[in-house]
Amino acid sequence: MRVRTTEKRGFRIALRVIQYAILIAYAVITFMPFLWALSASFKTLAEISTGEPNFIPKEFTLENYKRIFIDEPLFPRWFLNSSFVAVVVMGLNLLFNSMAGYALARFNFPGNKLIFFGILAVLMIPGQLTLIPSYLILNELNWLNSYQGLIVPAAVNATFIFMMRQFFLSFPKDLEEAAEIDGLGRFGTFFRIALPLAGPALAAQAVFIFMGSWNEFLKPLVIMSEKAMYTLPLGLNTFKGEYYSFWNLIMAASMVFTLPALLMFIFANRFFVKGITFTGGK
Amino acid sequence: MSRRKLREMAAGYAFLAPTILVIGIFTLAPIVYALFLSFHKVQLLGGISYRFINFNNYIRMIDDERVWIALSNTFEYAIIVVPLQTALAILLAAVLNSKLRGRNTFRALYFLPTVTSSAVLTLIFMWIFKTDGLLNDLLGFFGIPPFNWLGDPNVALKAIMLMNIWSTAPYYMVIYLAALQDIPESLYEAAEIDGARTLRKFWSITLPLLKPVTFFVVTMGIIGTFQLFDQAYIFSNGSGGPNNSTLTVVLLIYGYAFKLLDMGYASALAVVLAAIIMLITVIQRRIFGEEKLN
Repeated sequence: MRVRTTEKRGFRIALRVIQYAILIAYAVITFMPFLWALSASFKTLAEISTGEPNFIPKEFTLENYKRIFIDEPLFPRWFLNSSFVAVVVMGLNLLFNSMAGYALARFNFPGNKLIFFGILAVLMIPGQLTLIPSYLILNELNWLNSYQGLIVPAAVNATFIFMMRQFFLSFPKDLEEAAEIDGLGRFGTFFRIALPLAGPALAAQAVFIFMGSWNEFLKPLVIMSEKAMYTLPLGLNTFKGEYYSFWNLIMAASMVFTLPALLMFIFANRFFVKGITFTGGK
Repeated sequence: MSRRKLREMAAGYAFLAPTILVIGIFTLAPIVYALFLSFHKVQLLGGISYRFINFNNYIRMIDDERVWIALSNTFEYAIIVVPLQTALAILLAAVLNSKLRGRNTFRALYFLPTVTSSAVLTLIFMWIFKTDGLLNDLLGFFGIPPFNWLGDPNVALKAIMLMNIWSTAPYYMVIYLAALQDIPESLYEAAEIDGARTLRKFWSITLPLLKPVTFFVVTMGIIGTFQLFDQAYIFSNGSGGPNNSTLTVVLLIYGYAFKLLDMGYASALAVVLAAIIMLITVIQRRIFGEEKLN
């Protein structure tokens, strides 16, 4: 009996060691490219060109960041374009998806079921199918190369309408009924009672929508034709063409680009995970 | 209809108005329009004009060599990326699910590539893979001569594969982790009484219970590979090169629509792609997840 337990303990310790080895090894694999990029963004071009794999810059410089923000007139503009579009798209989605989800969960009226199934069907449509016709429709509206061309088609999201509906369904009605007896109308009840209670669901939505918009590449590529209207992903891609051997500048721009999404993720990590497990069919 | 009911209906449609408008104009109308375009030769010079050409756009695909190259690239990509990213996701989730100290920190760390834009990831990878980049430097330590990774058609797609396995696996890891936490402890306790070892437990209890999730992750992975665009575009400047080795289906559609302005043919390609993706989705819904809709 005794022999068996020590054997078992030895096995446990070995298992722990292997588990930690896997965790640490994968953390290194995850971080190495980012650290390498981060270190390059603080190096001079001369140092980068030597091709030595040193992670700590020999000559630490902020010159690259200065150059992209001051000498490159379009970079700050791209940053603003991306921020503006992502924030507005996020705000509109929070409002519209919640309203739609609420109506589908709480109101009983002819057409309710039909609209719900319509939204479920839309969930299956891949964006590539609607890309070309949407471009032609935006062209008819004269919305190509404009902010509204990027914002309006992205202002609602079927996945999150579905999520909000599920959220409100799982939620006790009592408070809302009490509010209605107190004379708050439908809109009052929604904005003052239901929406404030939906905090966690809204946070999960906000993180996802913001990141999606911030990182989107294909749609701005198709819609924006003028360089001043580019968002950061497109700008970065042009940077690559213009500064082909200036990897110090490209890496500095990449770091600036990653920072907002990273901050958002750090502060809302919990909600992000919740959103994934939801979209993952939970 | 009573006044109360009418009021409820008015409120319902008011709440749904933005959704109906946006989805109507930018999703439903485009679906019909895409089908229409796919049966026409579309001219864009001086206003748009259409000429009905029946199934010609669809027939044209059969002889279009680039369609077959894109499909075979996608196929090669899916067959390598999907199993590897799924296996990696299971492995990481299983390790994170054992009660280790610091596991939440590790989970958060792994997420970094998933929240980073594909444009940034692609540029970092190109920089590491270039001839005088970090990869060749590190290989140089072991006496391996530098290699032109990005210029070699046999390697270019593999570099994108590697990058995507790395950046997508943590996403599926989270889904697995949630599923693992739903497995009741009592199942393992019963196995312990039977004397099952850790690996045996994983193999004969955990994996079978994860089957529905695995099915979901695999189908999502396949759909993702069919939609690959950003990385291939940035990597090849939109050309799908070197020598068509990074040509994907979506890159092909983009090229026909917005470079050659052949929107009818591009729409037909998009319809076929959408049909493939929706078929996979329907199969997946049939087998898994239907009970979760209500």
